[in-house]
Amino acid sequence: MRPGLFRLPLLAGCLVLAGCGALDRGVFSPAGPIAEAIRDEFVLVSLILLFVIGPVLILVPLVAWHYRLSNTRSAYRPQWGFNWPLEGLIWIPPIAIVVVLAVFLWRDTHTLDPYRPLPGAAALEVQAVAMDWKWMFIYPEQGVATVNRLVIPAGRPVHLSLTSATVMQSFLLPRLAGQIYAMAGMRTQLNFAAYAPGRTLGENMQFNGMGFQKEKFAVDAMDAAGFAQWLAATRAEPNRLDAAAYEALSHRSVLPAPLAFGTVEPDLFQHVLDLSQPSGHALDLRHFGPLRNSMPMETATHAH
Amino acid sequence: MLTETHGVAHVLLGNLTWAALPFVRAWRDPNVSEIIGTGAGAVVILGAIAMFALVTWLGKWRYLWTEWFTSLDHKKIGIMYVVLAGVMLARALVEAVLIRTQQAVAINAPGYVEPGHFAQLFTTHGSIMVFFMAMPFLTGLINYVVPLQIGARDMAFPYMNSVGFWLTAAGAALMMVSLAVGEFSTGGWSGYPPYTELAFSGGVGPDYWIWAISLSSLGSMTVGINVACTIFKMRAPGMNFMRLPLFCWTSLCTSILMIFAMPPLTAVTLLLAGDRYLGMHFFTDDGGGNMMNYVNMFWLFGHPEVYILILPAFGVYSEVISAFSSKELYGYTSLVLATMAIAVLSFTVWLHHFFTMGQGADVNAVFGIATMTIGIPTGVKIYDWIFTMFRGEVRFTPSMLFSIAFLVTFTLGGFTGIILATPPLDYAVHDSLFLVAHFHNMLIPGTLYGMVAGYMFWFPKAFGFRLNERWGRIAVACWVPGFFLAFFPLYLLGLAGMARRTQAVFDPAFRPWLYAALLGALLMISGLVTLFVQLYVSIRDRAANRVPVGDPWDARGLEWSVAAPPPEWNFATIPHVGDRDAFYWRKRNKGAYRAADHYRDIVLPKNSACGVVLGVASGLCCFGLIWHIWWMALLFGLLAVATIIVRPFMRDVTRVIPAVEVEAVDRAWLAQAHAARPVPREEEQSSLNQGLAEGFPELVAKRA
Repeated sequence: MRPGLFRLPLLAGCLVLAGCGALDRGVFSPAGPIAEAIRDEFVLVSLILLFVIGPVLILVPLVAWHYRLSNTRSAYRPQWGFNWPLEGLIWIPPIAIVVVLAVFLWRDTHTLDPYRPLPGAAALEVQAVAMDWKWMFIYPEQGVATVNRLVIPAGRPVHLSLTSATVMQSFLLPRLAGQIYAMAGMRTQLNFAAYAPGRTLGENMQFNGMGFQKEKFAVDAMDAAGFAQWLAATRAEPNRLDAAAYEALSHRSVLPAPLAFGTVEPDLFQHVLDLSQPSGHALDLRHFGPLRNSMPMETATHAH
Repeated sequence: MLTETHGVAHVLLGNLTWAALPFVRAWRDPNVSEIIGTGAGAVVILGAIAMFALVTWLGKWRYLWTEWFTSLDHKKIGIMYVVLAGVMLARALVEAVLIRTQQAVAINAPGYVEPGHFAQLFTTHGSIMVFFMAMPFLTGLINYVVPLQIGARDMAFPYMNSVGFWLTAAGAALMMVSLAVGEFSTGGWSGYPPYTELAFSGGVGPDYWIWAISLSSLGSMTVGINVACTIFKMRAPGMNFMRLPLFCWTSLCTSILMIFAMPPLTAVTLLLAGDRYLGMHFFTDDGGGNMMNYVNMFWLFGHPEVYILILPAFGVYSEVISAFSSKELYGYTSLVLATMAIAVLSFTVWLHHFFTMGQGADVNAVFGIATMTIGIPTGVKIYDWIFTMFRGEVRFTPSMLFSIAFLVTFTLGGFTGIILATPPLDYAVHDSLFLVAHFHNMLIPGTLYGMVAGYMFWFPKAFGFRLNERWGRIAVACWVPGFFLAFFPLYLLGLAGMARRTQAVFDPAFRPWLYAALLGALLMISGLVTLFVQLYVSIRDRAANRVPVGDPWDARGLEWSVAAPPPEWNFATIPHVGDRDAFYWRKRNKGAYRAADHYRDIVLPKNSACGVVLGVASGLCCFGLIWHIWWMALLFGLLAVATIIVRPFMRDVTRVIPAVEVEAVDRAWLAQAHAARPVPREEEQSSLNQGLAEGFPELVAKRA
């Protein structure tokens, strides 16, 4: 073999090694208790399932090859089509495995119910509003709001209430918690926490238009001091999230940078939930003819 | 005016303007994305012109019309379904490659397809693969094979069969027209509102989707009724239910699923049309609408649909594995029970498509457990197929290779299916590439491999010559590794949090996996090319590979007991069935290839243009609705209704084949059979194979 040919597997190996870094982005690199529990559940279910797929993966090639036509030493029983013990063997173990899985499933679906409050300190309340193509986070107790940046205190549970100002979206924090839909006129909930200070990613997983791929935001977990400092700095922001600012934000747009609001109109989330908050996106549509694809990706939105 | 029409033009053309044509858009704003769109439109138009010119030049219009388009023969309609599926498969697979290419090159870069086009690509890819590739393919196989397997001369309702095909073809035509006129929906194959409502998706895209899907779902419902009635009422004497070939059982279950699962889809697309056309509020954000109703109704169709797609392939595998293992099916009763169990359970799991909608843990857990329960009968089937090979004589023909690849690949898909059925795990990977990888892992081995295996298995029956096995094996060598390369990286990317349907990627760590997936997609499209090459080579060399006697694989069902291709009337005399694997036992007891005691006249349905008229009229009516060309919608809608009303009043819809003609054809074929040299299994993939199998006792003698 020429030495050049060795390079190909080497290159492939390097690519695979480089690619495994991708798993750091998701649930296999958990940054909070919920994601960690999901990962453990994943490993557990996978281990149980090895008993299901293992025999098939071994038997299929083995049987097919052993009983090939050209093998004259293999048995041939063309009329053999039923056997009671074998029937038991192919029906009972799968049923048993599903029963075992079902027990774990029942338990873990309840413990990992996104609506179930996390134990420990009182949760930080955050209200999330899904917009085209950004996320607004309102901190009702603190009276501040952000867009495209979720700041949370590390080590303290967070309780998120979600709704949508537009179409259905799916909220995911890959390293912190599972998905939950945000739908207009309805409130869904998500409980999660971060172990330690640090930045992770949040995103919308449900396609919602031309800016979908850019609908990502940073989740910043901070220690208590850092969070207090951030809160003070945000409260000092002169921007107010009122009806006009909300209307401007609700147009379809991709923001170049996250926004912060020092004050928020009270009950804004409730008004969005009640569908009583005037929204801007419907206006956008008047500008577009029958061909919707001519819609501009980024409209000039300035909430400041 | 380029963007709006007024006055007379508006009455005549509705919303149709110059800007609807991709060529005009590309002229006004030339960029790669528009040019690709134009190229696709040009392929459709040039392809249509080329086909038209070719048929005219060959002078084959009359032949096509009388022998194919207006035919009510289940075999011809079946073949037309498969041809339609092949054309649509080619388009949707090209789209898949474009999708994979875009994601591979758009890593912190714009790529070459803009978001609007990308969204149309994944929407058309999914819609076509489900409704206009998989559905026609399996319907075609069922159409061709089931009447032959149960010993019938046609379907229960031959005219409805034609109607079903032409409605599906009209839907497929709308999909193709959308490439050249206007644009398609960007809302994905499931078309979730409120995104597909007027408030968020103006334009004609969702309307194309609604009407194409509505036509297809109506067509599929008629197929379901037809196949179920055929199997219930048209079985040959002695063919009781527990003697049915397994393909008939899976076809029966599929058709029952079609009857019950298609109406929710038709209803939900029409309700969405009500929102879009009449200002109703079924699924809007405002006015009391609730999109959750859409999601529930869609998946009330959508989950049984998965089994509509997979069960016929299970039937094919049962036939293929049994035939190419030279052995009766292991666990026939188990397989029948498992098939029925899957069909029933498929209606109890739809909620697992939206575990993340915020319903309580009890509900999620119940549906999660119901979903895992389907794994039991499915696992039983896998073992039944393994034990069918056990103590058999396995021949590695391309169909068999696809079946073996299915057993392994599908099991891995089942593994990830159980993962997704566990609600907390679904929370993590829902709407990610993990999900995309999973359902491709079920549907490519679970439907496509099965359909291709069935096509290769029954092709010699339908056309009288074998398909080239070498090119068949090359196809396997492309499809199977191509699948693993294309989709296993997506599992990992999904676990890394990569969303599905994303036009751009912002994490360079995803790059190697996206490259691997692209490579896999290219390998799979090479697989499709090899299938076309195989067809070409086989037609070219057909003289050497004819199997006129009709039983090239020493197979077991009644369909192999007649000539290849079978006469129009299938059976000169309706067979009497005494056992499962009827033809196998007849061969064994020296009862095969015998002339009848006496022949009778056979009554067959006459050709009818009504199906074609109904399909064309419905297609044009829907085109009018899409572009708000009201006169067109009204005119052709009335024509369609008139066709439905007029047809039952037509007299003289049957014709009689005289007994002498039946006898002459049958005796000519029997003479061929008696003159043919029986082929041993070792040589069935050679020119020696004339479709007469060397009998079973010889094989036993060899062993003894």
